[in-house]
Amino acid sequence: MTIFKQELRSQKISICIWSFSIGLLFAVCVLMYPDMKSQMNGVNEMFSSMGNFTQAFGMDQLNFGTLIGFYTVEGGNILGIGGAFFAAITAITALMKEEKERTAEFLMTHPVSRKRVVTEKLISVFVEIILLNLIVFLCALVSIFAIKESIEFKPLILLHVAYLLMQFEIAGICFCISAFLRKTGVGIGIGIAAVFYFLNIVANISDDAKVLKYITPFGYTEGSDIINELSLKTEYLIPGMIFMVIGIVIAYIHYSVKDLQ
Amino acid sequence: MAKTNEKYAIEIKKLTKTYGKSRGISELELSVNEGDFFGFIGPNGAGKSTTIRTLLGLISPTSGRASVLGYDIVSEKKKILQEAGYLPSEINFYNGMKVKDVIKYSADIRRKDCTEKASVLSQRLGLDLNKKVEELSLGNRKKVGIVCAIQHSPRLLILDEPTSGLDPLMQREFFSILKEENDAGSTIFFSSHILSEVQNHCKTAAFIKDGRIIISDKVETLEQTGTKKITLTGPSDYSHILSLAGITPAGSENCFFYTGDFKALLRVLSEETIKDLTITEPSLEEIFMNYYETKNGGKE
Repeated sequence: MTIFKQELRSQKISICIWSFSIGLLFAVCVLMYPDMKSQMNGVNEMFSSMGNFTQAFGMDQLNFGTLIGFYTVEGGNILGIGGAFFAAITAITALMKEEKERTAEFLMTHPVSRKRVVTEKLISVFVEIILLNLIVFLCALVSIFAIKESIEFKPLILLHVAYLLMQFEIAGICFCISAFLRKTGVGIGIGIAAVFYFLNIVANISDDAKVLKYITPFGYTEGSDIINELSLKTEYLIPGMIFMVIGIVIAYIHYSVKDLQ
Repeated sequence: MAKTNEKYAIEIKKLTKTYGKSRGISELELSVNEGDFFGFIGPNGAGKSTTIRTLLGLISPTSGRASVLGYDIVSEKKKILQEAGYLPSEINFYNGMKVKDVIKYSADIRRKDCTEKASVLSQRLGLDLNKKVEELSLGNRKKVGIVCAIQHSPRLLILDEPTSGLDPLMQREFFSILKEENDAGSTIFFSSHILSEVQNHCKTAAFIKDGRIIISDKVETLEQTGTKKITLTGPSDYSHILSLAGITPAGSENCFFYTGDFKALLRVLSEETIKDLTITEPSLEEIFMNYYETKNGGKE
């Protein structure tokens, strides 16, 4: 696991910055909750009168007056966007950076198979995502305990699991693209994550666009669905996991035969 | 797959690599004996790096086949890389790592403890092991690459333009290390466009141009081709001399290579007004340049 260790070592600053930035924002949101709780009835009324905007963020089905409702909308958006961007950037640079930084010739002329390189880099991407999510979850838990509010743990954990799987899916797709790239791909990664996010908003607004939920990984991270049904929507989750697996398989196949520059 | 040919360190048969419509190498044929000190010479863009990169599995051949240390370059890449060491012409390492980390990383990927040899090589090359790789000059990066390529005592050492960036003293130390490795049984295969390096250090040499091998032979033999370099002053017109069979221009108006009967040459020269005449042995560089211009398609 030499390559895996090297990947983690090289990414440690990035992991720390992303994890603590998202974790801190998360904690700030939770810490704000006690002050905002008393005003939430008014906020609920305000959001319920905002039409499509309310639907777009699933706020028509969530109660801001409860910690879990507040947590789902505020924290969910932070982890949703932040985590997706982190997963996309980490995965899309994983394979590509060897050619971009011209280290591929050094690495690939050691007795390592391309499959081993892909495997160790893939594991590293997933471990980095898990580390980010663990740190964010820890920040969230500490802040929840700090405000001494009670919260239901099942929806909380389900919500975090959904975001973790969403990031895995985005990582799988971006990892596939990374196998084809030689120069830069950060913009593509962020673009993909952003497009998925907005596809979910479109799907929330219009019933005609509901089919987009099968495409975007944000489809199964919808907080209102998770809290109300206490489960992840498998009809959206399964296609997502299939996309991820397909992405990874293509990455293996292409990288194994790719001419390296 | 069993080893294909034990006596050759490298055996290339009709190897072709194209990049879309552009040529890389074309039906390349080359054999390098085990234990040889082999110079692979050619101008920039001739196909030296493409050949090396194909042999090491960085790029896939379009057609043809090749074996390195008896292993097929397509199906047994890992075995080749296990027993070979490689120094690229331009080497980059992972930013943030110290020199000692890179050397250890390279040994760790090979799952070998090379501490002792790495330490000796680093000392001989004057490497500062605690420096960050991004702070290194081209020459120092090359030195780190040399340690990584040699520390595991490979059976075959492939070096792509290894001396670029090394100062003359370091080049001497480098060739002395290569000589020791060669004496210990390693095959050395290095590409260069500096012919004097090949002339001074190699037992065998091959010349590549436009993706094809023009000549491959013992350096000793190449030096004794019978070709002479003739420099003369006096004649106002050299057309008579140039019409002689076996004569080719050697870069300047009054300089020629001659491979042929000296009686015929003297007969032509006796008809001219000659003020000065020198006949010398051409250098290896001049021999190759002569090949360039006579055997394969004329002047560039």
